[in-house]
Formats: sequence, C-alpha cells, structure tokens
Amino acid sequence: MTDVLVCVKRVPDPTGEVVLTPDGMRVDGRYAGYTTSAHEEAAIALAVQVAESTGGSVTVLSVGAAESVEQIRAGIAVGATDGILVEADPDLLGPADVAAAVAEALRVREEAGRTYGLVLLGNDAADTGDFQVGVRLAYLLGRPVVAGVQTLEVDGDVATLRGEGPEGTEVYEVALPAVATVLEGGVSPKYPSVVGRMKAKKAEVETLGWTGSPVGAGREALTVPEPPPNEVTVIGEGTAAAPGLVAVLRELKVVHG
Amino acid sequence: MSVVVLVEVEEGRASLVSREALTFARSLGAGDLHAVVVGPAPEAVVADCRDAGVAVVHEAGDPALERYAAAAWAAVVEAAGRAARADLVVAPGTGRGNEVLAHVAARRNLRMAANVVAVESLAPLVVQRQVVGGAALERATVDGRVRLLTMAGHAVEPSAADAPGAARVAPLALTIDPQDLRAQVVRVEKRESGDTSGLTAAKVVVGAGRGAGGPDGFAAVDRLAERLGGAVGVSRVVTSLGWRPHHEQVGQTGSRIAPDLYLACGISGSIQHWAGCASSRTIIAVNTDPDAPMVTKADYAVIGDMHEVLPAVLEELG
Ligand SMILES: Cc1cc2nc3c(=O)[nH]c(=O)nc-3n(C[C@H](O)[C@H](O)[C@H](O)COP(=O)(O)OP(=O)(O)OC[C@H]3O[C@@H](n4cnc5c(N)ncnc54)[C@H](O)[C@@H]3O)c2cc1C
Ligand SMILES: Nc1ncnc2c1ncn2[C@@H]1O[C@H](COP(=O)(O)O)[C@@H](O)[C@H]1O
Repeated sequence: MTDVLVCVKRVPDPTGEVVLTPDGMRVDGRYAGYTTSAHEEAAIALAVQVAESTGGSVTVLSVGAAESVEQIRAGIAVGATDGILVEADPDLLGPADVAAAVAEALRVREEAGRTYGLVLLGNDAADTGDFQVGVRLAYLLGRPVVAGVQTLEVDGDVATLRGEGPEGTEVYEVALPAVATVLEGGVSPKYPSVVGRMKAKKAEVETLGWTGSPVGAGREALTVPEPPPNEVTVIGEGTAAAPGLVAVLRELKVVHG
Repeated sequence: MSVVVLVEVEEGRASLVSREALTFARSLGAGDLHAVVVGPAPEAVVADCRDAGVAVVHEAGDPALERYAAAAWAAVVEAAGRAARADLVVAPGTGRGNEVLAHVAARRNLRMAANVVAVESLAPLVVQRQVVGGAALERATVDGRVRLLTMAGHAVEPSAADAPGAARVAPLALTIDPQDLRAQVVRVEKRESGDTSGLTAAKVVVGAGRGAGGPDGFAAVDRLAERLGGAVGVSRVVTSLGWRPHHEQVGQTGSRIAPDLYLACGISGSIQHWAGCASSRTIIAVNTDPDAPMVTKADYAVIGDMHEVLPAVLEELG
C-alpha cells in the first residue's frame, strides 16, 4: 500500500493573455482564471494509478492563500482522497520556502501516523518555472528524487520511473520512500465525473500553517515583452494560393525536384 | 572571479545550448571561464571549449558516472566550482541542466535562477529570466556566496572568443558517494517510434493543430512532410486528444525546433506552442482565421482551410 502526496500550485491560467497587476509584481489571474499546471495534473493522474494498484491513497497539498483550496478540491474531484492546505502568503515564498513548508506538513502528518511513500510534484510550476521545489524537498527529507518522470509503477518498496532523456526513455528503479517530479505526456489527465465533484465538495481538507521565515524568490519586477513588430505577407486565400505558396517554397530552396 | 559552465556532450560535441551558455558566460566578463564535463571530455568537446575561450576544462572520470544520476552530476559540478573558486555557475536550461543545478542549489543552500536570458548587473547579480513559459520576463536578484543560473535556449548565438582559451584539461579528484546514486538511470530504452531527433534536426517541419480535425486529418500533412523531406510536428491539443503521439509535440512541453521552414497548419500559435517554434528561420501559417497569432507572427500566410490548401499544394508540387 503506497500513500502518495501530490503538490499542486494555484497559478493564473497560463494559456490566457498575461495581464500584470498594477505594481507589475504578479500576473493578474482575475481575467484568465486560475488553474494548476498540466504537469501537476499528470502527477495526480499517476498518483491515482499508484493508489489504485497498491490500495493506497492520494493526498493533494497546496501551499498558498485560502483560495488554493479550489485546486485541492479539483484534485479530489479526479480521484484524490483528501487534501492539505498550508496557508501562507504566496507572494512572499520562493522555491526553498515552498519545499520547507511541504516538508513541515509531511512531518505533521507523520506524527499523526500517516507516511507517504511517494511525493509527486510538477517538474516546474507554470507561472514561476523555478524547476526546484521537488529537488529541494527531497534533500530536506533525505530521500532520492527523479525529475521529469512521465510514467511510474510501484511494486512493493520499489518504484520504476520513466522519463525522456537525450538518447531515449530513461528508466529508474528507486527504493521508496522517494520524491519524483512529473512532466506531462505519459498519462492522460483525468476529467472530473459528477460523483467526483460531489465527493470533492465534501472531502476533508486539513488547514496547516507554516512557521518558517521565508527567504523569498528575489523577484524585482515582471514585464510582458512586446512582440517584435512583424509584417506578415499574405500569399492568398484558399486553393488559389497554392501556386504562390509553392513559389515561396522554391524561393526558400526547400523543394527538391 | 571565475565562472564555471556545465557543458553537456551531444554526439561527441559540446551541445548547442552548452555553447550558447559558454558564449553568454564569456560575455559577462566576470573573470576566468571554466567548463565542467561529466565523464572524460572528448577531444572535440575540448576544442569547442577552446574556441569559446575556456581556460580550464574540468572532467570527471569516475566509472560510477557512466549512467546518469543528477545528484552525482551535482557533486561533479560542486567539485569543479571548488577547483575554479567559482562565484557563478551556469548550466544550459535543458532538462538535465535545470535538474543538476537544482541539486547543487539544494545541497549548498544557494539560490538558483532558471531560464535566464540576460544579466543586468553582476554585483549584485540581477538577471532577466523567462517565466510563464516565456510569456513574461522576471527581473530577479540572485544573492549568495555562489550564484547559480541556467540559460534559456537561444537567448544568445554561440560564437568563438576573440582569442581561443588554453582549455587545459584538469581531471577532478572526487569519489562519488553511493547516496548520490540512489536515483540513477538503470537503463535507456533507445527510441524507435518515439524518436524526436528527426523532428528537432529537421530542415523542414510541417505542423498541424486542432485544425486537422481528427486523427484522420493528417494525410496531406504527412504527404507534404515526406515530399519536402521533413518531419511532422503537432500542437498539444493534437497529442492530448490522442490524434498523434507526444514525441511529435512542438512547444514548451514538447520539442524545440529550429528548421529552415516551419509550415504551421491549423495551429493558433499560443505562447506555449510559439516557445517551441520561435527559432524557425521562416514560418508560413495556413489558417482559416486571419487574426490567429500564428498568422500575425508568421512571415507568410495562406488564409484558408488546410484540408483544401494542402492537397492543392501537393498537386502543384507534382
Ligand atoms: C503549461 C502548458 C504547456 C503547454 N505546452 C504546449 C506545447 O508544448 N505545445 C503546444 O502546442 N501547446 C502547449 N500548450 C497548450 C497551448 O496553450 C494551446 O492550448 C495549444 O497550443 C493550442 O493548440 P492548437 O493551436 O492546435 O489549437 P487551437 O488553439 O484550438 O487552434 C486551432 C487553430 O486552427 C485553426 N483552424 C481550425 N480549423 C482549420 C482548418 N480546417 N484549416 C486551417 N485552420 C483551421 C483555427 O483558426 C485556430 O487558429 C501548453 C499549455 C500549458 C498550460
Ligand atoms: N505553492 C505551492 N504549493 C504546492 N506545490 C507547489 C507550490 N509551488 C510549487 N509547487 C510544486 O513544485 C513544482 C515545481 O515548482 P517550481 O520549482 O517552482 O518550478 C510545481 O509543479 C508544484 O508541483
């Protein structure tokens, strides 16, 4: 039986237009809405697979403001068992702080008799993209960590994890307890069912605090770069444009024969 | 002051992003330039380092390093940092570069800035780095005894130094701690169908997105890619709907391509997709919507239904 903890972050929907807050310090998510990143959705899907195959459970954890409970409940709606909200001001936190807050929450759970054989995170957060929380957490816990995982299986005390490397699919076999960071692509994210949504509304989400003093992220300001000016040459419309397009292909010397 | 750059080896050469990182590190003028290679440094890699102006190439020959283990690589980078008395360590912003530097950051309790595109000042170190998949830039201060940063791909053009460096090869004396091998690659399953090298190396990529309409909508795309001797690349919508395999995905969470021509059909051109194709030399968009970002950002466009335009192009090509 493997209990899995998945860390998710509430982020402004990164597929929407990026609008900054007036002070230029944050992405304003009020227009695009909030979500979790695709990597974390994949992590939840993998965690649910592990829980199903080993008879374990999945806890979704988020460090942030009270609203992050929405992302926790979204995880429960697609198969997680329960949730933990570590309440903290997300604007003050850097990746080392988030790792410390997660480690502390794990200690609290451990004291309550709940140990997680596997902790899954996204490879990188969709907004800040620090690429660090999972690795820093592993060192705080003294556990091995594999990054960029796309599929995984647990058999007893060993996890087999796969991710894409420069020469092919890299396979790791790691003794549990362990940490892994997930990249989307190896598993389809789950969509909530009606039953799942009902369950998510009622599921228990424990609220914890974090007592550490944050070192922060070092952010001074955000800017949205202006797209470079561009003049597109419209070759034409519909099938009538085919000869013109082929002429451009020949000009670019990409047509042989 | 000195700077150490982690150099990744690809087909016996310093990888493109590593050469970009070397160029960038040199341009900072922050003192001696050092390179670190995990494993014995091949002669061609030493030559690449020499061209880039590297004074010393640190190499680590411990046989335990034959299979990739991020923690062990981090131990090597730390050893090189000590040998070079580095105050700045730079790695390519690849999967490995980011992972290894995150290990160094965690082990040494240091700050790390990922996907840096520019350095504004050296003391204090203030960088510009890509966030939100490249849609925004963050100005950040990186403090600490040693500063760690990874370079976003294609932020600079790799170039040779005015005067080549000595590129003296210096073996690092270190023994890998078994703790650092707890998470080590046990085997690599070589790519066959999942091969992305064809896509990332292709001179021509024919791209297709949701506009393909379904798994059966790629016939003309496949034929055109074949006719032009290129590869097929797709958007994430296409892979998440299961129309095509993930290894064909172009973008932030797929492959980054830099072909001579990218012919993007039925792709809207989201930030995340653009992150993977922006380095294409010429972009031609085929789209029903004249206002799609892919169209407004392209060099050329055809406004129309890809299911009509592509067969007509194939016929025209004969
Ligand atoms: C963290 C994260 C990572 C992501 N990574 C990636 C990534 O790596 N790669 C990626 O691609 N996306 C990625 N995305 C998703 C991205 O935001 C977009 O959702 C996606 O790229 C859109 O795919 P699309 O252009 O095929 O579909 P759509 O946005 O739906 O666009 C379809 C386009 O086709 C046109 N069209 C429709 N029918 C036709 C027709 N018959 N002929 C011609 N044109 C037609 C439409 O006008 C439209 O412009 C990521 C998102 C997130 C949040
Ligand atoms: N505030 C947070 N709460 C919970 N998990 C987080 C938080 N920030 C980051 N993470 C996790 O850490 C991963 C990597 O984040 P980062 O290192 O910031 O790129 C994310 O994909 C999340 O899984």
